[in-house]
Amino acid sequence: MRPLGRLVWSVLALSASLLAGCASEGGSGVQSVKMAAIKSRGKLICGVEGKLPGFSFVKPDGAYSGLDVDTCKAVAAAVLGDPAKVEYRDLNSAERFAALASGEVDMLARNTTVTLGRDAAGGNGLSFAPVTFYDGQGVMVPNASGITTLKDLAGKPICVESGTTTELNLADRMRQLNVPYTPLKFQNSDQTFAAYMGARCVAVTSDRSQLAGKRSSFPNPAAHTILSDVLSKEPLAPATVNADPAWADAVRWIVYALYQAEESGITQANVEAKLAQAKAETNLADLRRLLGVEGDLGQQLGLPDDFVVKIVKSVGNYGEIFNRNLGPSSPIKLDRGLNRSWKEGGLLYSPPFL
Amino acid sequence: MARVPWWRNRRVVPWIVQGVVALIVLLIVAFLLGNLIRNLTAAGLLLTWRWLGQPAGFDIAETLVPFQAELPYWRALLAGLVNTLRAVLTALIGASVLGTLMGMASFSRNGLLRALARAYVEIVRNIPLLIQLVFWYFVVFLSLPNGSDALQLPGLVMAKSGFYMAGLGEGMRWMGPELVNGVWQAPLRLTVEFCALITGLVVYSGAFIAEVVRGGIAAVPRGQWEAAASLGLRWVPTLQQVVLPQALRVIVPGLNTQYISLAKNSSLAVAVGYTDLYSVAETTLNQTGRAVEVVLLLLGSYLVIDLLISALMNGLNQLVQIRER
Repeated sequence: MRPLGRLVWSVLALSASLLAGCASEGGSGVQSVKMAAIKSRGKLICGVEGKLPGFSFVKPDGAYSGLDVDTCKAVAAAVLGDPAKVEYRDLNSAERFAALASGEVDMLARNTTVTLGRDAAGGNGLSFAPVTFYDGQGVMVPNASGITTLKDLAGKPICVESGTTTELNLADRMRQLNVPYTPLKFQNSDQTFAAYMGARCVAVTSDRSQLAGKRSSFPNPAAHTILSDVLSKEPLAPATVNADPAWADAVRWIVYALYQAEESGITQANVEAKLAQAKAETNLADLRRLLGVEGDLGQQLGLPDDFVVKIVKSVGNYGEIFNRNLGPSSPIKLDRGLNRSWKEGGLLYSPPFL
Repeated sequence: MARVPWWRNRRVVPWIVQGVVALIVLLIVAFLLGNLIRNLTAAGLLLTWRWLGQPAGFDIAETLVPFQAELPYWRALLAGLVNTLRAVLTALIGASVLGTLMGMASFSRNGLLRALARAYVEIVRNIPLLIQLVFWYFVVFLSLPNGSDALQLPGLVMAKSGFYMAGLGEGMRWMGPELVNGVWQAPLRLTVEFCALITGLVVYSGAFIAEVVRGGIAAVPRGQWEAAASLGLRWVPTLQQVVLPQALRVIVPGLNTQYISLAKNSSLAVAVGYTDLYSVAETTLNQTGRAVEVVLLLLGSYLVIDLLISALMNGLNQLVQIRER
């Protein structure tokens, strides 16, 4: 029972803070409490959406796949040396923060939009890793409806997932345009899209990538159009809690490593060769530091020095992850758009590995 | 006469024991609350209610009290609460009628009717409510046609966009549903979300109420039926004037429980897109991040609703009890 589940989460979070006592002192030094817990447990618990093709989705063979799932795998590879040592928890949009705050999951890789309220200590108190997907909110309609702009939606019901930034953005934009509409709110994306497919609403709104992902699983994807209006900025990023900065740093630099590997031309296929090259040629200082041949960058994060090698071996660089899950060769067929390296005009930019 | 020492005095000892237990409970509560406040303070999340006055920023599809996105959170929560009360009251009346009829039907002399009542109870009460709600909404109501293909009955039109009913329209004239430019217009409109929730709650709670009513009727001694029959009363007057008034004494306390669970079950509304208190609270929780406060408000609201129902039912219970003179 989902509403019950929600309450249970909240009660768990409440009782966790009731019982936590004064034991919450750690986390200020280099040693991360969370990372120690993950290592002794032998697996990473990663909160994902679970039903979103391209981001986190259970394939017919029962395995999780997607960009968010690969982020979890990259973290598991870096911390535990094995991308398979991940336990996925499907969380809906309302459960996610309580699950993270109560320590039920170690991190979120659940298409979560970075916002001030979520980041601030006085808000949800999350610590966001770099953005893994730059998205924007869009609106999808059936071609047959003849709707081409947001104004055509006047007086019409629009399906939306409750408890998301989507709901607020929709209200803001429609108020701005002075277009009356009826928001039909559902608890998870499956119900939202079921109501849309049941033609209860003439439009469904969500992040554009999510719309494209869901559309790919429709019986007839070509019968639905995503309107050109973009309602918002939606930078989606993995998140951890504020309380453990050392763990947040590790996750942050694991994501940067995915960017940097692409920028440095390191791929799943050539990583061994690159490593051999780095070991042989002492003048390639950048590459030697990145791959852990020289220096102790990994150890400073509480990770093995060759964590970048482990990550790329397991899931590839950011470009490979994107193409595998969302790119032209996947069923989602998304353009990389803003999600290109800065060298190609995108927004992905890693600070130096020094 | 030797006085009993205080530690063996039957009037003093229970007070001391109860005092000690109360003290321990209070200490535990104080410890937990102190911990909560200390941890919330450390996390910068000390309870505050100022956010209630900030603009909500989201819209609500159907409300009885006027609401727009510019209004503060407390107005949004109020609109949600009114929506919950509206659903609970409607479902409560519907479930009582259906349950009473089905409970009575299980004593019918018509075998088919009896079997029907049994089958209804056994099927409905053994399937989880959430599944039934999803069934009513996604399978039944979302399969309704739209526009001119809608199901049309005299004074009632059932379409995917809602149920349209005849009523007093402009200028106090009696108006039926009309199709204007492919959109139905009527004085009374219920959304399919509301209808699905009500149908689900009525059918589900009706089955439990039918069992309560059946139990109440069964508790009336056989002699009462036979006495009524010997007076020449037919089946309906027998039930109405002899059996039910006596059965009510057994039925009312059982109904109380059923009404309370109905009120709590109404929080499943969010599964079928009806914006009730729980749905508004969920959005509020996500936007403000004030999880503890919002959950406390939710707990308090449902507690008050259920206590009110209980109080009313206890009043009713006193009315139907045997007056001892």
